[in-house]
Amino acid sequence: MAERFSSVQEVVDRLRDVDYLADTGIAGVVYLADRLEKPILVEGPAGVGKTELAKAVAAVTGSRLIRLQCYEGLDESKALYEWNYKKQLLRIQADREHETDWAVVESDIFSESFLLTRPLLEAIRCEEPIVLLIDEVDRVEVETEALLLEVLSDFQVSIPELGTIVGKQRPIVILTSNNTRELSEALKRRCLYLHIDYPELEREKEIVRVRVPEIDEALAEQIAQVVRSLRSLDIKKAPSISETIDWARTLLLLGHGAVDQEVIADTLHVLLKYQGDIAKAKKELVTEGKSILRGTESGKTS
Amino acid sequence: MAFNAAKLSDAMTRNKLEVPSGVGDGVLLDVFQGFVHELRAAGLPVSMTENLDAMRAVEIVPLSDRESLREVLAATLVKHFRHRSAFDTVFDVYFALHSGGVNPEEDAERGEVGDAEETGGVPGQQGSGGSGEGVSNEEIAEMLLAALMSMDRDQLRELAAMAVSRFAGMEPGRPVGGTYYLYRTLRQLDYEALTGRMMERAAEQVLDGDTDSPDASESLEARFQREEYEARLREFRDLVEAEIRKRLVADRGVEAMARTLRKPLPEDVDFMHASREEMAQLQKAIEPLTRALAARLAQRRKHRNRGNLDFRATVRHSLSYGGVPVEPRFKHPRVSKPEIMVVADISGSVASFARFTLQFVYAMAGQFSKVRSWVFIDGIDEVTNYFAESDEISEAIHRVNTEADVVWVDGHSDYGHAFEVFHDRHLSEVTSKTSIILLGDARNNYHASQAWVLKELRQKARRLFWLNPEPRGYWDTGDSIVSDYGVHCDGTYECRNLRQLERFVAAVIEA
Repeated sequence: MAERFSSVQEVVDRLRDVDYLADTGIAGVVYLADRLEKPILVEGPAGVGKTELAKAVAAVTGSRLIRLQCYEGLDESKALYEWNYKKQLLRIQADREHETDWAVVESDIFSESFLLTRPLLEAIRCEEPIVLLIDEVDRVEVETEALLLEVLSDFQVSIPELGTIVGKQRPIVILTSNNTRELSEALKRRCLYLHIDYPELEREKEIVRVRVPEIDEALAEQIAQVVRSLRSLDIKKAPSISETIDWARTLLLLGHGAVDQEVIADTLHVLLKYQGDIAKAKKELVTEGKSILRGTESGKTS
Repeated sequence: MAFNAAKLSDAMTRNKLEVPSGVGDGVLLDVFQGFVHELRAAGLPVSMTENLDAMRAVEIVPLSDRESLREVLAATLVKHFRHRSAFDTVFDVYFALHSGGVNPEEDAERGEVGDAEETGGVPGQQGSGGSGEGVSNEEIAEMLLAALMSMDRDQLRELAAMAVSRFAGMEPGRPVGGTYYLYRTLRQLDYEALTGRMMERAAEQVLDGDTDSPDASESLEARFQREEYEARLREFRDLVEAEIRKRLVADRGVEAMARTLRKPLPEDVDFMHASREEMAQLQKAIEPLTRALAARLAQRRKHRNRGNLDFRATVRHSLSYGGVPVEPRFKHPRVSKPEIMVVADISGSVASFARFTLQFVYAMAGQFSKVRSWVFIDGIDEVTNYFAESDEISEAIHRVNTEADVVWVDGHSDYGHAFEVFHDRHLSEVTSKTSIILLGDARNNYHASQAWVLKELRQKARRLFWLNPEPRGYWDTGDSIVSDYGVHCDGTYECRNLRQLERFVAAVIEA
């Protein structure tokens, strides 16, 4: 099928149109995935836009997003397909008088109309263009990972009773992982690897401005600075991009035109979710800040 | 794994299906295969499929776009974020020299030296090329400061080159690593003090120009300013490093250079000799590991759907299908709540390992509801509360080091006594749900081993493991009595780096 993008720069531009700011790394890998027809494995801390990337790619390519949310205990019948045995049972019962030959019944109840498709099979059988998102793949057990392999490498599913169902297209497949455990080599080998980290100051500022258009540049800059400052602290959970955006919205709603110590102290809970972290950040930003000022002032006067 | 680049390139050129035509012929393929070879030598596990993917990928992006090339190669060859910095090092070495098409700006840049510096408006500039002769050291420092203030990247690159030629004192063929030159250059530039000077400069500028009335938020601004300047300085430092590397490559050749720059991957860094930065990295990696360990020791999922058949519920449920028991119902299995006891040696001989140990314990405490921990030297003390009450690892470690009562006689390790006391006080609390992890080098200063304690512990506990930070070759030498204890354990593991720790976790998982 035709390529979706013609250059890395085009990926950047088109993603920007749907308010997703990609750096060269992200755009490069998306471009490559399109060309090589390989899935992308995205890793990184929570809230840096991994899932968002899949949504954005779906939006720019005009595809439907099919999402498989992974969790501990996910199995074949929830990810791939399941036989609708209740319906099968009804079919058999409807035939109480045995007027139909058993062989016919059997071939009937194992036909596609008795098949319940789950996200992976649905993605494979889909006619229209799709983006398949397999979210938080690190949550499934190592053994369950294996059932993804056939889909990832060949985009097909083998069902014993029906044979192999091969995908009609090669969609963009995006897997995300929060890095809670090491994924298997077999899975990694089949994927392109992308690690998204917290953005640089400039990019974060841009992201805030794109996602919260009403905000003015100076405030966006201050927000990005505060967030960078917080991330450099040794805290349990550093603020993510989505939290930064939430904070920007909060400031806007509260009508703060600039960030000062009071504002930070009042709204810090939007950025940080642990009491210990909040206390620490307050200590650092709100009081230690003063001592810095004193330091520079004494430097000036002496 | 032995790897033959020539053979592969041969195989690739012959097999038209797999080889992208552009890359397939000759020199370029050799460069890329040399690159992959070096990655493997640096310890990155690059498989054949990944190698082929990379070669297909290279064909897709224009080679002139260096950053895209970097990302594309990284996406196909590096499958772990911990390996990324090792990859970047190799990439910089390989694709800086082979820069004919890859980095065309480089040559042009040399010619522009004069212009760039003149636009900088620095007095005494003679446009004399990279080394900047005729400029005094003070002027270089001044120019650097100005460039950092305005964050003029071109100018910074110039200055980095100039500083390296002037201060690093590089001699061709001298077998010194890049860090030595980096250190020399930065010391001459008074790198440490630069942040302070930038802050002063900024303060002056504020005084000269539009003076905003200093309000409450200014202290914050000062902080942001400092952070901004630190970030800029780091960027400059990277530039200097890149410059030094470039020259070293030109001097010694790519392969030799790549070899000298090879550093152990994060998972191979020895706990005993880890630098502070490496320790911080390790700390991040420990958490997912403990989580895996937690999940496994708990084995919650193993018993899923394996409870006994719940007959009543099955019959009740079958009514909706006309009495046919379509879906058997099971009783919910009881969730086992594992207890973990960690007993760690924190004596001087394992001091740096102990720090890591405590981090490990701290991370474990975050995962399990029931982790109890003890530390010992010749006395033993429970430190569970220190970890529970402290929000931070450093605070917890500080409390352990200052408050825990671990010295009994002389503060030299006495495993025997420590274990004996543990036995007397806590044996009754060890149950069949308890897993015990012992950490230490088993250097007992020739005291009595009291190994019978472990024997009894093992009988009562679910599992008993010993992690030893010493290389296996040193075990049972001198006063080390690992095997006296080891025979009573479910397993003794050498645990000097992340890789081995991961192996331990994996072993527990498979057992």
